[in-house]
Amino acid sequence: MEDKILLAHGSGGKLSHDLVKQNFVPLFDNTFLNKLDDSAVFELKGRLAFTTDSYVVNPIFFPGGDIGKLAVCGTVNDLAMMGAVPKYLSIALVIEEGLAMSDLKRIMESIKEAAQESGVMIVTGDTKVVNKGSADKLFINSAGVGIVPSGVDISGSNAKVGDKIILSGSIGDHGIAVISQREGLQFSSSVKSDCAPLNKLVAEMLDTGVEIHCMRDPTRGGLASTLNEFASSSNVGIRIEEKDILIREGVQAACELLGFDPLYVANEGKLVAVVSAGAAQKLVKAMRRNKYGKEAAIIGEVVAEHPGRVVMKTRMGASRIVDMLVGEQLPRIC
Amino acid sequence: MKFINEYRDAELGKSLIARIHQRSTKPARLMEFCGGHTVSIAKHGIRQLLPPTITMLSGPGCPVCVTASADLDKAIALAKLPGVIITTFGDMIKVPASRSSLQQVKAEGGDVRIVYSTLDALEIARSNPSKCIIFIGIGFETTAPTVAASVLQAEQQGISNYYVLSLHKICPPVVKALLDSGEVKLDGIVCPGHVSAIIGSRPYEFIPRDYGIGCVISGFEPLDILQCVDMLVAQIESGEPKVEIAYRRGVKPEGNRTALELMDKVFEVCEGNWRGIGVVPASGLRLRKKYQRYDAEHNFEIKPGEPIEPKGCICGDILRAVKTPLDCKLFRKVCNPEHPVGPCMVSSEGSCAAYYQYGEGLGR
Repeated sequence: MEDKILLAHGSGGKLSHDLVKQNFVPLFDNTFLNKLDDSAVFELKGRLAFTTDSYVVNPIFFPGGDIGKLAVCGTVNDLAMMGAVPKYLSIALVIEEGLAMSDLKRIMESIKEAAQESGVMIVTGDTKVVNKGSADKLFINSAGVGIVPSGVDISGSNAKVGDKIILSGSIGDHGIAVISQREGLQFSSSVKSDCAPLNKLVAEMLDTGVEIHCMRDPTRGGLASTLNEFASSSNVGIRIEEKDILIREGVQAACELLGFDPLYVANEGKLVAVVSAGAAQKLVKAMRRNKYGKEAAIIGEVVAEHPGRVVMKTRMGASRIVDMLVGEQLPRIC
Repeated sequence: MKFINEYRDAELGKSLIARIHQRSTKPARLMEFCGGHTVSIAKHGIRQLLPPTITMLSGPGCPVCVTASADLDKAIALAKLPGVIITTFGDMIKVPASRSSLQQVKAEGGDVRIVYSTLDALEIARSNPSKCIIFIGIGFETTAPTVAASVLQAEQQGISNYYVLSLHKICPPVVKALLDSGEVKLDGIVCPGHVSAIIGSRPYEFIPRDYGIGCVISGFEPLDILQCVDMLVAQIESGEPKVEIAYRRGVKPEGNRTALELMDKVFEVCEGNWRGIGVVPASGLRLRKKYQRYDAEHNFEIKPGEPIEPKGCICGDILRAVKTPLDCKLFRKVCNPEHPVGPCMVSSEGSCAAYYQYGEGLGR
């Protein structure tokens, strides 16, 4: 019989203890976690960034990743978008009774891989098991801390007229990869999630010395929502060019079939940066040297007209407003 | 799926636009019937690219929008019956009816499920033998054949707990009703692509013959629509209205015989109740007597009550192309996709939703 997670695995008793000791501790192996104290105790110097996020993606495995990889990358990226160097993460699991042990192990393995790639340590954690039906397979919460280097001041409200908008690659891959796996929508699709830790790319961007005004990863709500946030927080207009925004063929085809607009579909391994016009080319060049920024490009600019509004020039030469996302285009995407 | 960008090619688009500007001298009021066209026109900014001689008007071609409040009330009354599972396409559940919406009934404990096709509804029927599964059949000639197929499949497989509330509508009669009303003056019609893939081009022939108005069947990509406008302009300038197919990769003059036969086998033409237009003879579809055991209206006792139209909402006028969303006092103020007052703001194919989403009428 297949080994399953039981309620007792989250009880705090023997089974919980064994699960953590045999499976989690050796995997993440570090001096903070190995102690299994109530908190991880560590020293950090400088300005700290602190973030938390919960992951409820359905299904938990999807092309290009799984909920574990997502939980690490999502939190690492939230820190990186502030220019922070991510250091320590927590991982808290809410498991539905009956989850296959092999699935849990696979997910923990990918948490380890993502943590290794991004250079962060999993220093504390928690495991809860709830009755069948009270959760859907597995939910993960992860919090993270990182250090913001001195002189870095990134905020959605820093965009200035004349600045250029840089996008690190194609859009919509994560959302479409997940939705194409969902029950009832299993049309064939070659699309893989772009889920990736972007902290090394960000570090290389900061190393160029270019002052980054705004930076954000366009997750839920997609590119459109991120640009609207910048326009609104900075009280500027944003103009983008449809022809410069990279959308993979499979993503575009799936969007056509499902009636989605790729501008609103979630990404998990992309960033948008706003920098002065003079520095934009230099930054794009540096980004293209990193595997997660290979397809970086300038997609638009910040203008004084229509403050708070994003306008896109279409391929046909017309322009249209790109509004905030209203309603939920795709539920439980991350 | 290929051939998306090919139909969005900027260079080809520019040369078509230039030709339209060059050719168009007479005022041309063109109506796109189909909601899919309305969305594409807004999304690609096509209105701005056309010369001032051309006005694009949106017609009654969004299936969710044209469903009358009285018919929505029937769906809601059915959803409130014990032992019933309502299956429907997504947009329908949000549309406010006279006193409630399917979404509201669902929140109050009704079993309302969104499906992507009638086959999903049949599957639900199969796996819930003790429940009655009712599919809310909306849509034009495009969707009616798939609903017909589901009824035949239910019969073949002996599924006895599957029912259809047929609110289907057919297009050519409502075009006739609009033209007969004389309310809106048209010089050309952008005919629907998907509907015409089923019915072909022949059912439109009365329009140039009896009303002197040209018809061109269009696809949904920007180049399709520009080509269609170009062909309509050519007809208007030469004074020779006729039915033409611009969407040749999807539409044959005779349509899709298999689909038409399926539809004819299961449905018969009846009067249709259109929001904003009213009851139009021979513009609806109901199940034939032979298939009455699958007809929800025939098998369930409901009292939906008198329909009430949403106050201040001009969806009806918009569907008749007498007004545009920009003429509505509620538009962008109290009515938006989060809090829709009327159906044209709910449906992804609705004029109000398209105008809202793509910022028609806003400075840019």
